[in-house]
Amino acid sequence: MLSLPALTSDITVSVTSGTKLTESVRRPIEPVGKDFMHHATRTLRNHTWSEFEKIQAEQNVQKVDESNVDPDELLFDTELADETLLAHDARDWKTADLYAAMGLSKLRYNATENQIIKAHRKQVVKYHPDKQSASGAGLDQDGFFKIIQKAFETLTDKNKRKQYDSCDFVADVEPPKKGSEYDFFEAWGPVFASEARFSKKTPVPEIGSLESTQKEVEQFYSFWHRFDSWRTFEFLDEDVPDDSSNRDHKRYIERKNKAARDKKKTADNARLVKLVERAMSEDPRIKMFKEAEKKEKERKKWEAGAAARAEAEAKAKAEAEAASKAEEEAKAAANAKADKKKSKEAAKAAKKKNKRAIRNCGKDNDYFGDAAQAAAIDEQISLIVDSLDDEQLVDVADKIKADASAAKAVLAEAAKGFVESGKIPASLVAYFA
Amino acid sequence: MSSPILGISFGNTSSSIAYINPKNDVDVIANPDGERSIPSVLSYVGEDEYHGGQALQQLIRNPTNTIVNFRDFIGLKFEEADLSRCSAGAPAIDIDGKVGFAINRGEDNVEKITVDEVVARHLNRLKLAAEDYIGQTISKTILTIPTDFTDVQRDALTAAAAKSGLKIVQFINEPSASLLAHVHAFPFEKDVNVVVADFGGVRSDAAVIAVRNGIFTVLATAHDAKLGGDNLDEALIEYFAADFQKKNQCNPRKNARSYAKLRSNAIITKKTLSNATSATISVESLADGFDYHTSINRMRYELTAGKVFSQFTQFINTTIEKAKLDILDIDAVLLCGGVSFTPKLANNLEFMFPESVEILGPQNKDASNSPNELSCSGAALQGRLIADYDADELKEALQPVVLNTMHLQKAIGLLDAEGKFVPVILPETSYPVQKTITVKNAKGDFLIGVYEADSKIKETTVEPEAKPESEAEAEDSEEWSDDEPEIVREKIYEPSTKLIELGIKDVTKGLQIIFNINKDAVLKVTARDLKSGNVVQGHL
Ligand SMILES: Nc1ncnc2c1ncn2[C@@H]1O[C@H](COP(=O)(O)OP(=O)(O)O)[C@@H](O)[C@H]1O
Repeated sequence: MLSLPALTSDITVSVTSGTKLTESVRRPIEPVGKDFMHHATRTLRNHTWSEFEKIQAEQNVQKVDESNVDPDELLFDTELADETLLAHDARDWKTADLYAAMGLSKLRYNATENQIIKAHRKQVVKYHPDKQSASGAGLDQDGFFKIIQKAFETLTDKNKRKQYDSCDFVADVEPPKKGSEYDFFEAWGPVFASEARFSKKTPVPEIGSLESTQKEVEQFYSFWHRFDSWRTFEFLDEDVPDDSSNRDHKRYIERKNKAARDKKKTADNARLVKLVERAMSEDPRIKMFKEAEKKEKERKKWEAGAAARAEAEAKAKAEAEAASKAEEEAKAAANAKADKKKSKEAAKAAKKKNKRAIRNCGKDNDYFGDAAQAAAIDEQISLIVDSLDDEQLVDVADKIKADASAAKAVLAEAAKGFVESGKIPASLVAYFA
Repeated sequence: MSSPILGISFGNTSSSIAYINPKNDVDVIANPDGERSIPSVLSYVGEDEYHGGQALQQLIRNPTNTIVNFRDFIGLKFEEADLSRCSAGAPAIDIDGKVGFAINRGEDNVEKITVDEVVARHLNRLKLAAEDYIGQTISKTILTIPTDFTDVQRDALTAAAAKSGLKIVQFINEPSASLLAHVHAFPFEKDVNVVVADFGGVRSDAAVIAVRNGIFTVLATAHDAKLGGDNLDEALIEYFAADFQKKNQCNPRKNARSYAKLRSNAIITKKTLSNATSATISVESLADGFDYHTSINRMRYELTAGKVFSQFTQFINTTIEKAKLDILDIDAVLLCGGVSFTPKLANNLEFMFPESVEILGPQNKDASNSPNELSCSGAALQGRLIADYDADELKEALQPVVLNTMHLQKAIGLLDAEGKFVPVILPETSYPVQKTITVKNAKGDFLIGVYEADSKIKETTVEPEAKPESEAEAEDSEEWSDDEPEIVREKIYEPSTKLIELGIKDVTKGLQIIFNINKDAVLKVTARDLKSGNVVQGHL
């Protein structure tokens, strides 16, 4: 950190006279990088360092300035919206478009108090009689200036502005032509928005969109059905003569005004009711909801019948199941029967085959070398075969089939068994026993 | 979006390309083979043309149709060119007084190609690689060149580039491009003097650059056309050849193909040893049917190539001398080029140079890991910058009146409370310039003495301290600190001329001092009380 010496003598600035910086040397610098580009700009524009910094700073500031324009100014009229106003008779100021006179033709009832004051100031500067006559305009322009002043007076008085706004028919938005093709929200949105200005209650629900819920839509229309308007038609009153001499006439005019006002008010209310009715009848959402309701009803009806239908269905299903079950069972039984028969037959065949095999085994084995006794052997084998029960038969046959040479021993064993059990006397199977 | 301006670094050994991607980052572009460092090599096998690494591989089998190291030949007369450079590849021939090559394109069809054509084809390949990567056609480029390239060479490059469909919107010097890329990623906090040292394959270049307020001024340059990575390769080749000869009684140097194999393996070994501490080499049938297998560690390699390494260090020293500066005037050495991957290079510099010199190589966390990508990155950055300027504006900015600027020769500064000179504007600062210093907590009445000063190197001899017995035992510290007196060198400023004195009173909350030199060399010093806004101003 740099620390400076204390000041000992009383100097402010002292430049050593005649001194110069040591001679500089001219060298090329490298033309790369942003600092070089800045250097180039400085040199080419012949800016000193400070100037350059200032310009860069200004460039930054300007950007901010530009975006700093009073947003109100952009909403004001740049030119008089209605040129005929210049020739409008000041005495007839009530029939002039006061907003247009103020340069507020785009804002109208939306203009804030602040905007009205600003706009007025602008108009005064522009249309002040001093200025106008200086620029050679005729005296009649005085009239327009008076209208501006009247407009300012009217629009800055809360009550008077209400009366004026009530009769500012220019601000009314016409509903779409009957029978024409239009987008509901595009066409009706602005209509309701302009009508909403007369609502005593705020906030006024918005028209919404196709996505709005049924509740929102219902609330919207119920609000408009019960619309409470402060719209009043005093502004259109016939001027009441303030000459006190003719009191009757005055009262007459007043009564007439009152009647006219009431009539207009009733007409306006009727107009609004009709308007809302029509909007509702043309609102695609209402149609949608109605359709949905119808469908829902049908669905409910259908659902009510559903229980009975379900029962019948279940019954039919159960019946069908039972039937198919019975059928299957019958089929299975028949199959089983057939199977049984088949297996019985097979067993019989097997038995026959076995018996034949045993019977023939004597012959097949050359009567075990005792051909002389062939007849006796065959007979004895036959006896043994007939005495074998089913199980033994299979056993003996299997053994013989497996080893033919053991046939004699197998048969001998069987014979022995029969002899021992006494089933066959030994003599009858003498060859084997 | 309009297509970006491509940054091209075109080297004798290899080339790199970069652009600023839509995320505003520097993107070094890899060719379709994935190479970011693309060998500057073209090779022909019959009809087919190979480029980059694929072409380099042909150097063993097909050397006479493989063109290497051609960059420096552009714009030179045949007799000016150092033809020994291309001895490993296609031999150079004289085509109408220019360097060229005779390439066999199959059968008896010999194509004679001038170096201009070779360069055009090479640049076209780079352009195609970039377009393939970015997905847009590229028509403009910024090309980096050595500081000693002549106007004739520049013109030849411009023409060759035009032939390949590229308009060179600006040439920038290689060291400035590299420094720009470095500063972009790692800005210096103050004004500095930097040596930008670029060690390539066949040549070394260095420049001393003064960086003042972000403006670069080249104070001196040096070139060595016989020093580079190839010298390291040769040291390794010689080492392996001697080893092989001893083992097999057969000399691999006498056969061109054996030599090419050795070279290719030596290069791989060298690169491996930049990352690893040992490397193995294995060549089948190197010579006379003998295979060669061996391994080498980094220390052996560094010893073997020791002479080359000291040449690199010496080269940097020479450059500093050419700038008439002392090593203590240098704040940093920025290492660029492929050789800078070698750890020994930075180690040597760190050992040889005083601590005040920062070595900005891949070993330093405040420097790029890819020293060979600095220059193309700088070119890409410059390309992004001038993309906002139209051709006329750019042409205007590059006029001599803009480039040739007056530079201060002596430091200007003020005296602190101890009477010591504190430099504010360094020598070699171009002007107009403005510098502001803030003395934050200053309170009271102050004298601001503005001086011009000379810098001197002060040498002090420091007698070695008598060491306590116990410490003498500790061997490692003992080893080199023998009893010779040590000479300490430091850079000091001696105020020479008093220029302006300002007195400012009743400062309560800090002070701002603004030094301004306008284009006519008029110095103005302003002191401003930060609290009251009171101003005292003096000018020469
Ligand atoms: N990782 C690495 N380690 C050591 N040397 C390397 C490495 N990468 C490249 N090189 C060497 O760097 C040199 C090429 O450097 P480069 O900057 O591409 O050259 P140029 O700019 O002249 O084309 C060659 O000698 C190459 O072998």
